[in-house]
Amino acid sequence: MIRLEAVSKMFPGAARPAVDALDLEVPSGRTCVLIGPSGCGKTTTMRMVNRLIEPSAGRIIVEGEDVTTVDPVGLRRRIGYVIQQVGLFPHMTIADNVAAVPRLLGWPEARIRERSAEMLSLVGLEPGQFLSRHPRHLSGGQRQRVGVARALAADPPVMLMDEPFGAIDPIVRGRLQEEFLDILRRLKKTVILVTHDIDEAIRMGDLVAIMRDGRLVQYDAPERLLAAPADGFVADFVGADRALRRLSLLRAMDVAEPGESGGLRLPGSLSARDVLSALLAEGRDVATILDGEGRAAGTLTLAAIQRLSVLDNPHPDGTGRA
Amino acid sequence: MLQWIADNPRIFTVALQNHLWISAAALAAVLAIALPLGLALTRRRALAGAAIGIVNVLRTVPSLALLVIMLPVLGTGFLPSVVALTLYGLPALLLNTYTGLTEVDRDIVDAARGQGFSDRQVMTRIEIPLALPVVFAGVRTAAVQIVSAATLAAFIGGGGLGELITSGMANFNFPQLVAGALAVALLALAVELAFAALEWVMTRSTGLRD
Repeated sequence: MIRLEAVSKMFPGAARPAVDALDLEVPSGRTCVLIGPSGCGKTTTMRMVNRLIEPSAGRIIVEGEDVTTVDPVGLRRRIGYVIQQVGLFPHMTIADNVAAVPRLLGWPEARIRERSAEMLSLVGLEPGQFLSRHPRHLSGGQRQRVGVARALAADPPVMLMDEPFGAIDPIVRGRLQEEFLDILRRLKKTVILVTHDIDEAIRMGDLVAIMRDGRLVQYDAPERLLAAPADGFVADFVGADRALRRLSLLRAMDVAEPGESGGLRLPGSLSARDVLSALLAEGRDVATILDGEGRAAGTLTLAAIQRLSVLDNPHPDGTGRA
Repeated sequence: MLQWIADNPRIFTVALQNHLWISAAALAAVLAIALPLGLALTRRRALAGAAIGIVNVLRTVPSLALLVIMLPVLGTGFLPSVVALTLYGLPALLLNTYTGLTEVDRDIVDAARGQGFSDRQVMTRIEIPLALPVVFAGVRTAAVQIVSAATLAAFIGGGGLGELITSGMANFNFPQLVAGALAVALLALAVELAFAALEWVMTRSTGLRD
């Protein structure tokens, strides 16, 4: 678990704090996405957790330990760290890059070798093919895979990720997001991820924290954020197409209504948004949703999809804490 | 010209030995001063501006002038020659050491700190290895500059191959003059090539190039 209690950061000479008495709690095994316009304090917030930036006030508790009182170098070895530019060490092989933290921690060489190979396999790179190469021989996507393998090598319970997909081309990005999400969930890592891409936030986050001027505007599950933006700022930020975004979070299988109809037959793994798109394209108003074995599992009508997309009222208290 | 060398082997060898000895001493002094100083300046950016300004001024002083300025201060002979050549070779290595270290990609340093490298480990395992090619290019420039400029040491009694040139001129001994001049040119070229080869081997072994 990561908990920030009234954390502030005032940079020397700045007119206002970059982070202003922020409270934030990320439950164990969950991914929290920090998002907001440039200068909202999201990156500063993340970098205070491993003390690459020292907080001016407040407490930060990681796995029950107040990090503001411990040795920052030792702390960082217990926290995985992934950045946009990946920052692989160009003069070291992939094996040595992945082994960086275990080596700092003084693991025996045999265990380091075993672990490095294991980590590469985990992120989808064939160890035999990659361990002895240098970073410059890898594509952007492969480098970021190594970046994640390096961050996971010493098995830290907590991961910090600063725009990890920012430098990766859109086609590879989608696949990488899905794979990393799967890995982080499986390993039950507690993650803080910074991004400026709302689609990424909605896809990756169990919880999304929208920040402005160093403060938290809304902290909620993605569905709630789309359904009930706390105020106009959040509504603008999640975009005018938030109804469609919300539909894209819903799996057709999960929202299908009992029954069966003729006509269009679509796999249940599609999102409600995909079903809507297919209905519009075919000029139909109902589709039969199929389960994994291709049997009818229910139906989705245009009217049902419209009901699913209707937005709730904004939170009455205006903060929307999850 | 070769005939002159064959006729005067002792004079030639002594001149060559002197030349190499002065150059090696000056290069050693440059390494001993510029490497730690360059590293220290990256930790004190406020001082770095001033130091680099001074060094740049030093760089514009012609080598002969530098040698002659040493005359009233240190007299003539070996030591003033080495001091002058050290001052002459210093800027190239100091600037390259400083730039090499400051131009290491900040994201790589940030990643290293974020993984839990201590300040010292960041310096020894990341910054220095990555700056090495640029630093080494500075060593190479300084070495070639020193070997070439050491020719002028003859003017303040430092000896070396320059002496063959100056006395050749004074005595209208044309073969001796050409032998001295060609030997200096070839020596500078040899130093350049030797350091280039060394640089190539070194960057390969750091894994920064194939």
